[in-house]
Amino acid sequence: MKFQVQGMDFSRAGQAATKIKKALQLAGMDPATTRKAIIIAYEAEMNIVIHACHGSLTANITPRKVEIIADDEGPGIPDISLAMQEGYSTAPPHIREMGFGAGMGLPNIKKSADELDIRSEVNKGTRLWAVVFNN
Amino acid sequence: MTIKLQAIKEMLNADVLCGDNLLDTEVTCGFGCDLISDSLCFARPGCLLLTGLTNVQIIRLAEMVEARAIVFVRGKRPREDVIGLAREKNLPLLATDMFLFESCGILYQAGLRSF
Repeated sequence: MKFQVQGMDFSRAGQAATKIKKALQLAGMDPATTRKAIIIAYEAEMNIVIHACHGSLTANITPRKVEIIADDEGPGIPDISLAMQEGYSTAPPHIREMGFGAGMGLPNIKKSADELDIRSEVNKGTRLWAVVFNN
Repeated sequence: MTIKLQAIKEMLNADVLCGDNLLDTEVTCGFGCDLISDSLCFARPGCLLLTGLTNVQIIRLAEMVEARAIVFVRGKRPREDVIGLAREKNLPLLATDMFLFESCGILYQAGLRSF
């Protein structure tokens, strides 16, 4: 399943992750697997909304695993290892006022994923690929 | 330990913003937080979310973590569109003038825990 995500569209942000969650529950995924997958999906979706111009969120669900892919066009991440540090955030004040920008998005994705790959190019965009294996 | 929303409403002297017909709903735990990421990671299904965040994302978050209800603290009130979304999802919303610290303390004394 694939969803288009629009940058700065907070009215619809989170809808894709919610639909992925429902699909995982319908597929009978282990609750712990579902929880990890939706943390990844939601944080990845919000990263597109907050930081990118637009992008897509894809979930490939099999009995063995859940694969989440977030692709965006946007400013990219100049230093991925820095962005992975807890508490590091480039979110502006008006985003922080909404409860975002704590700098925990990528660290939480890393903790939840069994496999993770992030590639980014400045002034082009970012691609995040994560896998959670079903228990 | 479970607590009904009716009891929570009384303990926190809260107004019901939506879900008057759902005050028999029971919550099994509580989570107080003003950060979306922490709430996503640590709030448990069946919880009562206590927060000062009033934007639409708190409703989406509540749905993601399967929270049973939200209490807005510190006198915060969400806009009508946010209340409308909660109403669509049968998610009760309460609001209290108490601070987060005090609200959590009262519920903790009443037996509600994080897990």
